[in-house]
Amino acid sequence: METLELTQEEQFQARIDADIRIEPKDWMPDAYRKTLIRQISQHAHSELVGMLPEGNWITRAPSLKRKSILLAKVQDEAGHGLYLYSAAETLGASRDQMLADLHSGKAKYSSIFNYPTLSWADMGCVGWLVDGAAILNQVPLCRTSYGPYARAMVRVCKEESFHQRQGFEIMQTLCEGAPVQKEMAQEALNRWWWPTLMMFGPKDADSPNTAQSMNWRIKRFTNDELRQKFVDMMVPQAEFLGLTVPDPAVKWNADKNGYDFGDVDWEEFWNVVKGNGLCNQERLGARVKAHEEGAWVREAALAHAAKRKQRASEV
Amino acid sequence: MNQSEWPLWEVFIRSKQGLDHKHVGSLHAADAEMAIQNARDVYTRRLEGVSIWVVESSHVHASNPDDAAAFYEPANDKIYRHPTFYQVPDSIKHM
Repeated sequence: METLELTQEEQFQARIDADIRIEPKDWMPDAYRKTLIRQISQHAHSELVGMLPEGNWITRAPSLKRKSILLAKVQDEAGHGLYLYSAAETLGASRDQMLADLHSGKAKYSSIFNYPTLSWADMGCVGWLVDGAAILNQVPLCRTSYGPYARAMVRVCKEESFHQRQGFEIMQTLCEGAPVQKEMAQEALNRWWWPTLMMFGPKDADSPNTAQSMNWRIKRFTNDELRQKFVDMMVPQAEFLGLTVPDPAVKWNADKNGYDFGDVDWEEFWNVVKGNGLCNQERLGARVKAHEEGAWVREAALAHAAKRKQRASEV
Repeated sequence: MNQSEWPLWEVFIRSKQGLDHKHVGSLHAADAEMAIQNARDVYTRRLEGVSIWVVESSHVHASNPDDAAAFYEPANDKIYRHPTFYQVPDSIKHM
């Protein structure tokens, strides 16, 4: 019998199909490596920039308890960024280059962070809705084909559920408070609902890379599938809070065992992606400023380490 | 890597007394002391560890996955190294 020689790429795909993880030193197609570096670094950038809208409220949190929680959450996001950058580095990407690409605007981060956080209820919405959407995206990635990425995601997901619960608790407290507090919660939901639906990315029909990414198991559900799951999860939670989702088209559809909902404003989505959102410049500006103002610390630490090394060698 | 980038360190954590240190990830730091402090902040925010090892990534030597088939081949045909290779009569207990 004639044996069929598999190409390197076919062998690679066969391993993925058999759910065998790919590890850093294994052979992989260039396109797989490139796509993963882009995906993981974008995710890392989102964690980093994601600290800014919440950092805005640390000094104005309504109690010491809320301030401590918010600090811990923002620190987690820094940690998530670091897990992910180090996963991308196992693919040969350099940390400095990834940061340079973020700062020059070449690399993207999640558009959700280009919306402003105007009231305390926004801290509730960011945790409840934005982190809720992030969890839906991230949980399936714990089983993604690239080992270091999957391991980083396991760590991220463990910590993310605290983020969502503290957000829901903020919303619940506001909704059980004075009428003006409940209004604040509703107003924040009105502003965050649609941008959160945009977090899942363009419609499947406009997402040409989805098929390849799903084949490589670096994406496990399509954008529309996740968006539907999110709406199905969130509408009852909003009802529990006594809030109304700002979409008159939301209606239970027993046939599909899910909610029908309205169409996202894709023009707004692409506009924010292209850099014209409310806070794009402010976010990137704050990030670059922090990086530049920290330059002397990075240099001094290296100089200090070199000096100590030299002294130790002289003794 | 440019000259201003801090070196990369691999981080190993013992989650509790009696267990091995296990690789958890990596991070950048100027020296070992800073690497250990950063590892505490990045990898043990929720009591995940009681001991941390760090080693500069450039000091880790690894086997080559392309050679894996040949490299691990010597163990393939030595099934007699496993207890299940031996048949023990049913009447024999405690073995």
